[in-house]
Amino acid sequence: MNAIQLDKFGHLKHFIAIEGLKRDVLIDILNTASSFISVGEKAVKKAPILRGKTVMNLFFEHSTRTRTTFELAAKRLSADVLNFNISTSSSSKGENLIDMLRNLEAMHCDMFIIRHKAAGAAHFIAQHVAPNISIINAGDGQHEHPTQAMLDMYTIRQNKGDFSPLRVAIVGDIQHSRVARSNIYALKTLGVSELRVVGPKTLIPNGIEALGVSVFHDLKMGLRDVDVVIMLRLQRERMHSALLPSVHEYFHYYGLTEKVLKVAHPDAIVMHPGPINRGVEIESTVADGKRSVILQQVSNGIAVRMAVMAMTLGTQRVSIDDKA
Amino acid sequence: MTRLSILGGRVIDPASHLDSVTDIHCADGHIIAVGTAPPDFSATQEIDARDHIVCPGLVDLSVRLREPGSEHKGTILSETRAAAANGITTLCCPPDTNPVIDTPAVAELLQHRALYAKMAKVYPLAALTQGLKGEHLTEMGILKEAGCIGVSNVQPIIKTDIFSNALKYAANCDMTVFLQAKDPWLGREGSIHEGRVSIRLGLLGIPEAAETIEIARDLLLIEMTKVRAHFCRLSTARGVDMIKEAQALHITADVSAHHLFLTEEDIKEYNSDCHVCPPLRHQNDQNALREGLRQGYIQAICSDHQPHEKEAKHNPFAMTAPGISGLDTLLPLTLRLAEEMNMDLIEILSYVTHKPAQILGLNAGTLAVGSVADICIFDPSLSWTMTENTMHSLGQNSPFLGWEFKGKVTDTLIGGEVVYTSRVFDTLKDVVHESVESQEQYSV
Repeated sequence: MNAIQLDKFGHLKHFIAIEGLKRDVLIDILNTASSFISVGEKAVKKAPILRGKTVMNLFFEHSTRTRTTFELAAKRLSADVLNFNISTSSSSKGENLIDMLRNLEAMHCDMFIIRHKAAGAAHFIAQHVAPNISIINAGDGQHEHPTQAMLDMYTIRQNKGDFSPLRVAIVGDIQHSRVARSNIYALKTLGVSELRVVGPKTLIPNGIEALGVSVFHDLKMGLRDVDVVIMLRLQRERMHSALLPSVHEYFHYYGLTEKVLKVAHPDAIVMHPGPINRGVEIESTVADGKRSVILQQVSNGIAVRMAVMAMTLGTQRVSIDDKA
Repeated sequence: MTRLSILGGRVIDPASHLDSVTDIHCADGHIIAVGTAPPDFSATQEIDARDHIVCPGLVDLSVRLREPGSEHKGTILSETRAAAANGITTLCCPPDTNPVIDTPAVAELLQHRALYAKMAKVYPLAALTQGLKGEHLTEMGILKEAGCIGVSNVQPIIKTDIFSNALKYAANCDMTVFLQAKDPWLGREGSIHEGRVSIRLGLLGIPEAAETIEIARDLLLIEMTKVRAHFCRLSTARGVDMIKEAQALHITADVSAHHLFLTEEDIKEYNSDCHVCPPLRHQNDQNALREGLRQGYIQAICSDHQPHEKEAKHNPFAMTAPGISGLDTLLPLTLRLAEEMNMDLIEILSYVTHKPAQILGLNAGTLAVGSVADICIFDPSLSWTMTENTMHSLGQNSPFLGWEFKGKVTDTLIGGEVVYTSRVFDTLKDVVHESVESQEQYSV
C-alpha cells in the first residue's frame, strides 16, 4: 500500500496500512506520539498544531470508541472536527462512494478518517480523493486497522521497552480481524523474537504462516512463556455461520483466565482492542487485573492518533527530517 | 453477390491442417477454392493479404452481450461489432440475461437483433431451468428449435434431483449442457481466490474446493445421465486433473484467456479490473490450465467477455461487479500464449476456431472448401499497446490496459462480406454508437 500512502520523499501522506511500512516510519510514529502524551496531561489539553485544519470523521460502520478517540485527538491538536454519520445520510439514499466523496471534498476538509465495512475502502478513497486531502484508515473490513496497531505497539514499548526479545501471542478470531493483520505486520517489522496466533481452526485462515507467524490451536501451548498477550474481540455473529458452537465452548477453550495465564511469562501484559466481552474471550479478573494494560491502550490511542494526524498533514515533517 | 479473393496470405486452417502461403476465393458467402481460382471465377473484390495471416473467424464460447437487460453495459450491436473487429465471427451467449433466455421469445429476440446487426453470429444458450432458479425445467426442445445451441445452469442447481433430471432431459433433447462449476455455499461471499492474497488484503476467499466439489458432483451425474457436457471456465489445477481422469465421459472444457495470463498476485492493491468469477488463482493453477490446453483436456480458449460501465468497477474491491471485458484481448492473448508456450500458430488457433466450433456442434471455424466464408485476417508482426481507445467493446474494464501485444486484426469477413477492416473501421467507432441509437429507433 506504500505506493499510495507515502509521498515521493517517503513521508506519510495517508495512513492506510501497516503492511510495507519500514521500521523507521513506525518508530517515528511512536516517537511523535510520545511527544504528544504530555498534551493530554496538561490543564489546557491543546496544542496548536492543526489549527485551521478541518478533520472529518466518515464512519460507514458503527463505532463509538475509535471515532471518539479520533475526535479527541483532532481537537487536542486544535483542528475543527465534523462527524459524518453515514447511516443516516446519502449512502442509504443510493449515492455512490465517489459522488459522496466529491461532495465532501467541496466542503474543503483537510483530512478524512474512514471506517468502512469493505476491505480496501480507505485505499480506494485515497486513490480518488483530491490531492490535498489526507486519508486515515480507521478500519476497512477485515483488512487493516493501522492506528490500533500503532497504539498497541506504543503500549508494548511503554511496558517492555525493546521489541526484539519479545514473544507475542495474538489470540482469537484472526480470520475476521483487521486488528490482527495490522498487529502482525507491525510486530514483524519491529522485529519481535516470536509471533504466535492462537485460535480454533475455523477462525485462523489457511496459510497465515506466510506472514511469519506460528499457529497454535491450543491456548495453553500458545501462551507458554509469552511476554505479551493480545486478545481479540469475538463477534457474536460468528455463532451464526457455524464457525463456533457456542460462547460457552469458546470461553472454555480460548477464554483468557487467571489460570491459563500462569503459563505465560510472569511479567506478561494482557492487551485487548476493546470493547471487551467479559466471559466470552476474557475473564473479568484478568481484564481488571494487574497485568491488564487495556485502559493504557485507550489513553495511548489518543496520542498515537494525534501523531498520525500531525504526520500525514505534514506538520511534523521538520522534526522527523531533523532526526534523520 | 460479392466474389472475393484473399491473395498471398499465410493461410492457417487448423481443421484441415493447412498452413501455407496461398489464396482463398469466396463466392455466394462460401469458400469455393483454396489455391488456384476456378477457371470461370472473376473476383469483384480482392484483399491483399501478403505478410498477413488468414485464419478462420474466431469462435468464442462465452460472450455476455448484456442485451436484453443491461444495455448500459453493452448491446448486441456494440458487442457483436466489437467481436467482429477482433476477428470473432461466431459467439455463444450465456442465458443470464434479463429476462433470462428461457423462452423462445427471448432466444429469438437475441438472434433477430444479431441478424440485424449483421456482425458476429450469435448462438444463445438456453437456461437449464426456468429463470435459472433450479426448480422447473425449461422447454429445451422448443428452445432448441428456436436456435439455442445448448443449455446452461450458470449458477449451481442446488437440488440434486432436479439437476439430474435436467441433465437427463437435456440428453433426451440431444443438447450439450454447459456447466459452470461452483459450489453454492463454499466461498459464496468471497470475491478472490482463498490464498496468500486474500489473507493479505483481508478479502473473503473462494477456495479451490468451491470448484472441485462441484466438478465431482457434475461428473457423477454426467456419468449417470449420459449427457454431453462442457465445463466452462476451469480455474484450478485440481479441476483440470479431474477432467483429465474423466475422459471416458462425453465431456469438454474451456478456459478464459485471462486465467491463462493472470493470477491472484495481479490483484495487487485491490485492482477491481481483476475481480472476476471464477477468481484468478495461484500460479500453479495457471500453469496447469496451460498444460491442460497443451495436452488436449481443455479444448477451447474463450474471452468470457463481461463488459461493465465504469461505475460498476468504481468501488472497494468486493463491492465491484465481477467480470472482464475480453473481446479485445482474445486473439492478442492467444497469440502471446503461442509465443510463451512455444506452440505453433496452427495449434494455438485451433483453440479459438474449430475446436470451440466442434463443442458447439457447428460447421464453423474452418476454411475448408464449401464452408461459410467467416474469415479473420491479421497482421502478426504489428506491435501495439492496449488502451481504452484501442478497445472496441463498450466495456473498458480490462486488466490488460497498458499491455503490449503483437498481432492485430486487419480484416474480418462474415459470410463472404467484409464486415470490418482496420483501415476505415477505427474512424467509424463513433458511427457505431450512432447506429445503436438508430437501431433503437428502428425497433420502436
